[in-house]
Amino acid sequence: MGLGSFAKSEGGRAATLLAPPFLYALALLALPILAVVLFSFWTQDFMTIDTRFTLANYREFFDKPIYGVLLGRSLMVSGIVTLVTVLLAYPVAYFLSFHVPSHRKSLWLFLITIPFWTSYLIRVFLWKVILGYNGVINSGLIGAGIIDEPLSFILYNINAVIITLAHAFAPFAILPIFVALEKIDRSLIEASRDLGETRLTTFFRVTLPLSMPGLVAAVLIVFIPTIGDYVTPELMGGAGGKLIANMIQTQFLQLNNAPMGAAIAMVAMVCVTAIALVFVALNRRWLRGRG
Amino acid sequence: MTALIELKGVEKHYGDYHALRGIDLEIRAGEFFSLLGPSGCGKTTLLRTIAGLEEVSSGSIRIDGRDMKGVAANHRPTNMVFQSYAVFPHLTVAENVGFGLRRDPRGKTEKARAVEEALDMVGLAGYGKRRAHALSGGQRQRVALARALILKPKVLLLDEPLSALDRLMREQMQLELIRLQRQVGITFILVTHDQEEALVMSDRIAVMFEGEIGQLADPETLYRRPATKRVAQFIGKMNFLPGALSADRREIDIAGLGRVATAGLATSGEIGGAVSVGIRPETLAILFEGETAPRREVQGVVSEVVYYGDMTYYDVRVEGIERPLTVSMKNLIGRPVLDVGAAARLAWDERALVLLPG
Repeated sequence: MGLGSFAKSEGGRAATLLAPPFLYALALLALPILAVVLFSFWTQDFMTIDTRFTLANYREFFDKPIYGVLLGRSLMVSGIVTLVTVLLAYPVAYFLSFHVPSHRKSLWLFLITIPFWTSYLIRVFLWKVILGYNGVINSGLIGAGIIDEPLSFILYNINAVIITLAHAFAPFAILPIFVALEKIDRSLIEASRDLGETRLTTFFRVTLPLSMPGLVAAVLIVFIPTIGDYVTPELMGGAGGKLIANMIQTQFLQLNNAPMGAAIAMVAMVCVTAIALVFVALNRRWLRGRG
Repeated sequence: MTALIELKGVEKHYGDYHALRGIDLEIRAGEFFSLLGPSGCGKTTLLRTIAGLEEVSSGSIRIDGRDMKGVAANHRPTNMVFQSYAVFPHLTVAENVGFGLRRDPRGKTEKARAVEEALDMVGLAGYGKRRAHALSGGQRQRVALARALILKPKVLLLDEPLSALDRLMREQMQLELIRLQRQVGITFILVTHDQEEALVMSDRIAVMFEGEIGQLADPETLYRRPATKRVAQFIGKMNFLPGALSADRREIDIAGLGRVATAGLATSGEIGGAVSVGIRPETLAILFEGETAPRREVQGVVSEVVYYGDMTYYDVRVEGIERPLTVSMKNLIGRPVLDVGAAARLAWDERALVLLPG
């Protein structure tokens, strides 16, 4: 009985605390997603929406190769961006955690957030300035006499999208990895050295496995939003650098075909969910060993 | 016996902080050696320099005749049991114990057998498949021990291994560590701040204060003939009385107790100038009705009583002595516990006095 009333009060308190964000999430996340799900089973009939249930949109998605190509390209770009970002973020997080004296760490974390002081759009434009035909890199290299013609592989294509996104998401990858590294008891690393391992083998046998949860979190945090990003491919991708999110945007806003856009969004969402679940399962495996 | 570990003039600076000041030390093969001292005295730093986890600022460390300068921890014939145990949380018990065997040329089944034997030795037979995080503190400690001992190091370094355990567990582990040490015959170096632990377990103890060794001796010498007041205070309890040496140094006039010949007093070295005399509480005795002092007696008044069950500690005020003398009495059958203010006759014996500088 005592336990029952305890659980009740505990549950009551939890409900009070969670109700406002829950309602907020319900109104701004769950309901719109529900709307997208519904739209994806309807069709656009010129200016009106035909609300009879149909799988026509999904059929079109799988019949026309363009959608599959765009989704595949999106997954590939996100995959590469994730890989590049995490690979570049790990050494930064490692340096921050192991080599920066503890009283300087908050300063360093503060410095890492500096790119967020300007809007995302401006940062994308800045990359244009850096990567463009008359941009910083090309004029610099030409001025130095290293190249005669501007490099063309760094703007208005997939490479430019990857470079821009990898930069934009770097802090999101650094932070979870840093936190995971900070949590590692330093005596574990000393124990490994004491038991005969070198610095390098200690990294692979102790540090890396113990930082895995942070690594997986970084992968998810970078991978999921980059799939849905349409600003960067729009501005940096050129004709060949368009991704699935651009197609969704086009369907909704230019072709006035919300049901088709909703169906594409649904397929993309299912793909992302499936990939995310794989990583969550991986994380579970690593977390199981933690006390 | 030959020295297995030789430290000569070992110094360690952390910036402005002088952690180790000219440590000279020889540790013999097969002995159970303890570094004892209050926190911040440098005992852990000294242990870590032997392990190779800290560089020395100057001086030399030789292990088994080999200079350890520039030799990293992974190449030293030492293994360590960390204060936090440092059991790898992402591995099983068996993987933890077998961690250092990666380069071992033995086959898989032989290694597995060695792991099982090591687990058996520390009383964890059959625990191999368990995850490390599912273990209790005492079990983690055993895993850490097995993990170090399986590599058959020349020296096992133990950094306050028992401080995180509760009292019963700690006493049990003390005895088990002694048994293990005798069984494997490896040199153990234990760092501890617990004087009782050091006395119980060690063959020899180095008492450290502020980066220096205050005294190095076997437990009995350390207890009976402490070299300084500081050591005497750190190891057990002791009363200190000011004393004045006679001109020929044959006699000493002790405050409140009177003149005593210096010949029978325990000292560790030549003493001149200002001196104190130390008396352990258990070498004093309160005389009850009908009892007479076998040697000497002094009158006093009980000023404090602390009852411990098996023992009672009394503070007894004696005329001519500034601070009351602490006396410990066993609570034998029929012996009453005195009240504060009661008159007490104290028996003392000049053979139990320790002559100390200062």
